Amino acid sequence: MAVDRRTFLAGTALASLRLSGACAQNAPARIGLLTVKTGPLAQGGNQMEQGIVTFLKEKNNTLGGRKVELISADTGGNPAGAKTKAQELIERDHVDVIIGPLAAFELLAITDYVEQAQVPIISLAAAENVTQRHPNKFLIRPSATSAQCCHPMADYAVKELKLKRMATISEDFAFGHEQVAGFQRVFEDAGGKIVRKLWPPLVTPDYTPFIAEIGKVDGVFMGFAGSNPLKFVRAYADLGLKDTPLTGGWTAMDDALLKSQGDEAIGVYSAHFYSSDLDTPSNKRFVAAMLKDYDNLPGGYSAGMYIAGQCIEAALEKTGGKVDDKIALMAALRNVSLTDTPRGPFHFDYLGNVVGDVFIRRCERKNGKLVNTIIKTYHDVSQFWTYDEKWFLTEPVYSRDYPPAKNLEQ
Amino acid sequence: MSILLILAVNSIALGGVLFLLSAGFSLIFGLMRIPNLMHGSFFMLGAYLSVSFARAGLGFWGAALLSCAAMAVIGGVIERVLLRRLAGQDLAQVLLTLAMSFIIADVCLMIWTGDPIQPPTPSGLQGAIRVFSVIFPIFRLVIVLIAVTIAIALWLLIDWTRLGAMIRAGVDDAAIARVVGIRVSRLFTLVFCLGAALAAFGGAIAGPFLSIYPGLDADMLPLALIVVILGGIGSLLGALLGSFLIGFLYNFGQAMFPDLAYVILFLPMLLVLVLRPQGLFGRTPA
Amino acid sequence: MTARKLTLAAALVVLATLPLWLVSAFYINIATQILFWAIAAAALNVLVGYAGLVSLGHAGLFGIAGYVAALLLGAGHGHPVAILAALVATVAASATFAVLSLRSTGIGFLMITLTLGQIVWGVAYRWASLTNGDNGVNVASRPTPFGVDLSSPTSFYYATFATFLLAMAMMAVFVRSPFGASVRGTRDQATRMNTLGYHVWLIRFLAFLFSGLWTGIAGLLFVYYNEFVSPQVLALQSSAEMLLMVIAGGTATLLGPVVGAAIVVIIKNVASAYVERWNLLLGVIFVVIIIFMPEGLLPGLTRLWRTHRRTASTAIAKGSVPISEGPTR
Repeated sequence: MAVDRRTFLAGTALASLRLSGACAQNAPARIGLLTVKTGPLAQGGNQMEQGIVTFLKEKNNTLGGRKVELISADTGGNPAGAKTKAQELIERDHVDVIIGPLAAFELLAITDYVEQAQVPIISLAAAENVTQRHPNKFLIRPSATSAQCCHPMADYAVKELKLKRMATISEDFAFGHEQVAGFQRVFEDAGGKIVRKLWPPLVTPDYTPFIAEIGKVDGVFMGFAGSNPLKFVRAYADLGLKDTPLTGGWTAMDDALLKSQGDEAIGVYSAHFYSSDLDTPSNKRFVAAMLKDYDNLPGGYSAGMYIAGQCIEAALEKTGGKVDDKIALMAALRNVSLTDTPRGPFHFDYLGNVVGDVFIRRCERKNGKLVNTIIKTYHDVSQFWTYDEKWFLTEPVYSRDYPPAKNLEQ
Repeated sequence: MSILLILAVNSIALGGVLFLLSAGFSLIFGLMRIPNLMHGSFFMLGAYLSVSFARAGLGFWGAALLSCAAMAVIGGVIERVLLRRLAGQDLAQVLLTLAMSFIIADVCLMIWTGDPIQPPTPSGLQGAIRVFSVIFPIFRLVIVLIAVTIAIALWLLIDWTRLGAMIRAGVDDAAIARVVGIRVSRLFTLVFCLGAALAAFGGAIAGPFLSIYPGLDADMLPLALIVVILGGIGSLLGALLGSFLIGFLYNFGQAMFPDLAYVILFLPMLLVLVLRPQGLFGRTPA
Repeated sequence: MTARKLTLAAALVVLATLPLWLVSAFYINIATQILFWAIAAAALNVLVGYAGLVSLGHAGLFGIAGYVAALLLGAGHGHPVAILAALVATVAASATFAVLSLRSTGIGFLMITLTLGQIVWGVAYRWASLTNGDNGVNVASRPTPFGVDLSSPTSFYYATFATFLLAMAMMAVFVRSPFGASVRGTRDQATRMNTLGYHVWLIRFLAFLFSGLWTGIAGLLFVYYNEFVSPQVLALQSSAEMLLMVIAGGTATLLGPVVGAAIVVIIKNVASAYVERWNLLLGVIFVVIIIFMPEGLLPGLTRLWRTHRRTASTAIAKGSVPISEGPTR
């Protein structure tokens, strides 16, 4: 028994030695995808995989002259799983770049480890501090920080929708906390009041008890992610709240969710960094391919991964297809600045976070189908909104209790 | 005020679903003396099956009934082929049900993938009715009606038929029941099938209300445990009252004490187990 | 006996020199995980195998140690304080668990421990202002006992190995001691023990504390290894996996749980690369073991192999419940 085990383990150890030692130019570069295929966030995780697979298919698995291969890992949508899978990808599969993970709390659990291992990571996870107060030098984020879209949403809510008293509701995890905090800061700085903050757990079968707590408000802001928005918006309508304007972050009304929604989604506002009817050549190709292969409109998760692929391609073009020099690869990734992408033009700030357009949309039915129509575009939105960057970074990170909610009513 | 009413209706609806889940669990526990740790998985599998049958064109109710029948068969097979081998070894049977719950959960993941599914509310029962400016979703009220109807049917079965008398005898004292000539092992299979079918029906109906997702089994099983421990093992009345009680505790607990939501649920169970193991209406202790 | 001792010695040598011939950090880490889960499984076996009490709540004790340490470290305390507080908290929790659950045995005990485990999980999961809920708690650094830095996989492996050896030694002492014998006595013949004047409840209570202490130590190793703790580790599934480790390896020997831990950890981490649905595999193994090899994988396989070789006249030992027929040594 002992002999068998040793041989098995030694054999695999030798195999892993061989892989790490010889990274010949002909061996494909390896991209490790940390995605979620189980649980409420699986909705987004599946799309992430679809997005990158679509991109690689379009480019025939060759980026910047180098063949690439994709290794997918299911984190289960929780930090412990993310840690385990990150270790597998880095230590066992020896990937050159990691794309993902999906959720903020997953990224927070692995960011130190990945930075120590010096593996470039392109994440859609919105955890604010990873590009603010504890920046990860090996990270770029082409999607948005948690609050990046919520700042303009709050601006729109005050200035155009003229809302004054709002309730917020989002899942009780990092992404939810940060979105709501960002919305609250801009909303209250412009004179509005957040009078109630509700935090259902990530897995909530039934939102009714929470919706019952909303009370008398002018509007509601929701930060739900994954498939939770579907349940929430339906319950919201079922309980007769359609007259109260509902606003949301980008995950709450992602274009990919529209297929599973009905009339309850009409009239809901959201702020997103991506829209499926944005008119750029790459987006047109991307949307067509997604409709053909998966019969669904792409949303932020798949677009984000497509764009991540574009970033890798641009970086590989600069390094001549080489991935061994991680520092050089990372510098090339940070310097990426593209115009023809599914989200339009963007570049990265010095902390690795994207600066690009944010669109305010309203859901309506056109020709029998639900669409999110763009009603306003904010250009060059950074993670700091209109605040002074230095001031912003001296403030504590957005959290469940920061900025403190001074206007809560019982 | 309307918050309380909305929560109350929701509690009753949840209670209805819990009754369908726990009635079978209670009977199995009472008769076979084992907590069936697969019961949550039966609920979830029944829900998934119902969705697939509905998508195949059967309509909501047809799909629910077919899923019910399918689960009865699956439950029967599991009982005869696996549990029967460990006859008399209660603890081993419990562990077996635990292991099977892993298996069923993974099979569901393989077939229906990890994405949560929210089946649409059956047509005709969508929307809500307004009563004194409070809105009640129609489907949830229907769930309650169904649960009560089934409760009455079960009560008629258990208290008024010969079969029911045999089951009651088995719950009271299986050994003596055998002596008297009752085929207790056949009753085991029957009750197991019945329990599985009830759980499946509960799952099918709860689909539009709770949605179906990996982990639903792990969320529902503790609730069934709590209901049955509180209400008393083997007692249908206990299961009914316990279900509504837990429905209320769950909804009001989540709304009012979110930090302690689970403590509020499990504490009564703990107290009962420690202080009054036979629950409120049961006759035999856990 | 000598063959056994030789195998044991060989295994020890293999484990002691592991990082030298198993170069990949990934596999060293797997070995570390096997070792601390083995401690947890052995601790659980004190109750399951030796006291005859099956607990489905031990993940709660495991997690309490992890959370107390992680939260104290996050609040700025040093490692000695965090570790000590975690162990004290775990033993206190074990005492509470014991007082509540020892009112019953068999299935009643199982249900009460299950409930207690769920309550602890519920607190970790929903009392977000205390435990950070779903987000979990990050641990910034590992302790430096005697100035030794434990941040590399190899050094942490050795620290875990040392703890493992200590745990196994303590278990051996426990098993061979008069106290250990009395614990087995309460498992086999509780009434007779009572008649003979043994305080059955107290014996079980102390066994529970012993079990809880080592579960806590394993929990500490877990949280330092991962540098992270989240409610997942306290869930029912986690308790079930610990129980599976004990049963898979066999409750009859000291090393049974170690083998069981190895099986479960390897399937979870290594097999998951080749088999997508490893939960299913775990469940199937569990079922097969319960039905065909209730005394555990190794003893069961040995028995089946032996009976296969012997003539039909030798009676096959009936598959007995692992719980009630535990170790006699």
